[in-house]
Amino acid sequence: MDAILALPWFDFTVSGLVLGSIYALMAVGLALIFGVANLINFAHGAVFTVGAYIGWTCAVALGLPLWASVLLVALGGAAVGALIEVIAIRPLNRQSRIAPLLATIGVGLILDQTVHMIFGANPRPLPVAMPAWRLTIGSGSVGPIDITIFVTGVIAAAVLYGFLFHTKLGMAVRATAQDDDAAKQMGVNIHAVNMAVFAIASALGAIAGLLVGIYYNAIDPNTSFQIMLKGMVAIVIGGMANVPGAIGGGLILGLIESYGIALFGASYRNLFAFSVLLVMLLVKPNGIFARGRERQAEPMTGTFVTQSKPIRLPGWLLVLAVIVAALVPFAGKPYVTQVMTNALLYALAGISLTLIAGTVGLISIGHAALLAIGAYASALLTIAGLPVAIGLVVAAAVTALVGTALAYPAFRLRGHYVAIGTLAIGEIVALVILNWTSVTNGSLGVYGIPPLEIFGIDFFSTTPAYWLVLGLVVVFALLQTRLLSSHLGRTWRAIREDTVAAETYGVSSNYYKGLAFGFAGFTAGLAGAITAHQFSYINFDTFNLLTSVLLLTIVILGGLGNVAGAILAAILVAGLPEVFRALAEYRMLFYGVALLLLIRFRPQGLLGSG
Amino acid sequence: MISGALLTARGITRRFGGITAVDGVDLSVREGEFLSVIGPNGAGKTTLFNLISGQDRMDAGRVTLDGRDITNLAPRRMAEIGVARTFQHGRVFGNLSVMDNVLIGCHTRLKAARPRMPVIAPVVEILRALIRPASVKAEEAAMRAEVREILATFGDRLTPRLDQPTYSLSYANRRRVEIARALALHPRILILDEPTAGMNESETAEMQGIIADLKAEGRTILLIEHKLDMVMRLSDRVMAMDNGKVISEGTPAMVRNDPKVIEAYLGHSTIGGDEPAEASLMPEAGLQTAEG
Repeated sequence: MDAILALPWFDFTVSGLVLGSIYALMAVGLALIFGVANLINFAHGAVFTVGAYIGWTCAVALGLPLWASVLLVALGGAAVGALIEVIAIRPLNRQSRIAPLLATIGVGLILDQTVHMIFGANPRPLPVAMPAWRLTIGSGSVGPIDITIFVTGVIAAAVLYGFLFHTKLGMAVRATAQDDDAAKQMGVNIHAVNMAVFAIASALGAIAGLLVGIYYNAIDPNTSFQIMLKGMVAIVIGGMANVPGAIGGGLILGLIESYGIALFGASYRNLFAFSVLLVMLLVKPNGIFARGRERQAEPMTGTFVTQSKPIRLPGWLLVLAVIVAALVPFAGKPYVTQVMTNALLYALAGISLTLIAGTVGLISIGHAALLAIGAYASALLTIAGLPVAIGLVVAAAVTALVGTALAYPAFRLRGHYVAIGTLAIGEIVALVILNWTSVTNGSLGVYGIPPLEIFGIDFFSTTPAYWLVLGLVVVFALLQTRLLSSHLGRTWRAIREDTVAAETYGVSSNYYKGLAFGFAGFTAGLAGAITAHQFSYINFDTFNLLTSVLLLTIVILGGLGNVAGAILAAILVAGLPEVFRALAEYRMLFYGVALLLLIRFRPQGLLGSG
Repeated sequence: MISGALLTARGITRRFGGITAVDGVDLSVREGEFLSVIGPNGAGKTTLFNLISGQDRMDAGRVTLDGRDITNLAPRRMAEIGVARTFQHGRVFGNLSVMDNVLIGCHTRLKAARPRMPVIAPVVEILRALIRPASVKAEEAAMRAEVREILATFGDRLTPRLDQPTYSLSYANRRRVEIARALALHPRILILDEPTAGMNESETAEMQGIIADLKAEGRTILLIEHKLDMVMRLSDRVMAMDNGKVISEGTPAMVRNDPKVIEAYLGHSTIGGDEPAEASLMPEAGLQTAEG
């Protein structure tokens, strides 16, 4: 106890508030955008990174003074934000609620890859001359950088307040946030409002990027998603569209992290953030500043899946496709066979995600977690001596159970909250794997995973491995198709279309969501386990957020809920970049552009949603 | 308390912030009775129905069905004990076919496909859906045959469109699908929330015929409706609401001639002059009474 009391709590509080100011800057932008455009801007983290690099260019490459750098970063950020609105959001014209969210994921990937191409993938220092004095208060101290960040945060908040409440455009923004249709009727130019909001939000995000760079004297092109997630946690704490709440949420998150690190160590930092997020979503989804039970809003129903009839492929074509696929190894190009094996593993995972995201309508951005659970389960069990064949099946069953249990908290969430919740769950799984060193070997990963071998039969060389995976894809595609034509298929779709109406007719939506997660978890766990045996090495980052996003892209490309579509899309998305080297080099750019074009021009996917 | 009441509600109250949307409402329906609830927009009718059918939670009050307390029961449980409802704005499953929409109404009755077993039920349910033993197939076939029968009561409105997704149907047809779905539940009490809202005259007349048939079958029906003509013709009893309270209750003729009801519909005549505010809502008979 004394040891805990003896910690430098003042310093932790200061660093918590500084960190919190940065989170607040991110969160304010996210809350503004959520309020006006009713969407979570997943590109906001990439804007943060762009801001950091514009800052580096101004402050280091050009040697400009700090105030000028901040100004230029704000202008640059605003320009990027306005561009995002014009290019990615406006053309969608409220197609379906999930479309703009997915579009911002695409934009984020494109921006990140652009930064990578210009500045390289490695972090770089961002030295900014600061006075050397520190103000000693009690046992702690405050430095000029702390004050700069905190003051910048306060000024930004004040300017924003002035804008929202004392300008005409600000009033238009508030009106649009309340009711965009009514605002439009009154002659408010919704496009201008949306653009202004994206510009302001992105200016704040970009400034946050510069400030973090100065604070740590380092900028890193790979932190976009992490920082965006922090901003998201902050707005969930503060209440999604609540701008003052976002500031409070940011500061609270900063303090929680700072104190948490003090007590438990730095490697748990993100675990706190995501645990807080999950608890908030479950206990107080309207944020801690919300009051009482509110009038039930018109429930979000049935617009996730674009209304379309799936294209039914004739049976002979499917049989022909399987035969052609089975003949791939005879082409005499082992590299192609390997690429196809990998693509089919994505297909297997894609089949499972299309059930969850398409048929049941739970847009999951954490599907990689299921693959990771399957991979670790099979790897650890077989290293401990279990035969690979049994390891695979047990791992799949474990994934079905654990995956369903982990996803259970997200079952009661609706709309965008499902995306946030599954994202948080996915990150928590990765962080538990990273920190549970005694079992998972932590950041070092698991080595020497036995090769694929089923009861003495070799499945590790290129051709047999390919056939095994192809066989599994065919089997699970058939099983899932059969399920979809049973009472389960219509029950799942009914839950997706209108959960309230389904419950009114006696459907226990949680139970049926659980069934879907169980079946999908089995499939995904198997895909992860086979991947582990193929790679012979896995770590916490083998199945990461990019994997989840890639799988979601595959599922949307194929047509949400469409089994054959998921397989076709997996071959296109995971196979093509490997065959064409130029695409592989700019893979993220390719995925981002593909996602953006897809949502814009063919939201129902190649083969139609089912 | 009316003897032999199937559904009884006492003192139902629901507040939204400072507004009391439903204020101490009592209601009871006998087996086979047809009760209509009328009232101007915002009177609290739909909120009342949402509370009775479990869509919303009441702040005070008690509801019983056949003597069993069903206050604030989850909608799913309500369905299981035989309460079926339609929604004011129509809530069909847009991407599902007409057949599948109505089959969802049979969900509470599925037995072969939905095992009642502890712990292993999920695995068994998936396996049964995959393997489809004879019992599951027979049950599914029987349900489908029954759905066709239900749909046949709507003439050739829905039967030719059995496999079409409901988003492609006309508004009136979607409302018909909703009623078919409710009937597939084999409800003990059928709650209809403005079944003819948004329908033209001939569609309304057709729907009125169908509801009259349902009444003739001896079903217990709770109806919210704006079209008073229809209410007056079909109801055994009518309840009028305004500002969350019951202002009149009794036979159609009694309620129709109650000055409080007329005032609620026409606005306060001392303020509004003699121009009826919502004349379109009043049937001919009601208007004459108001003027006379």
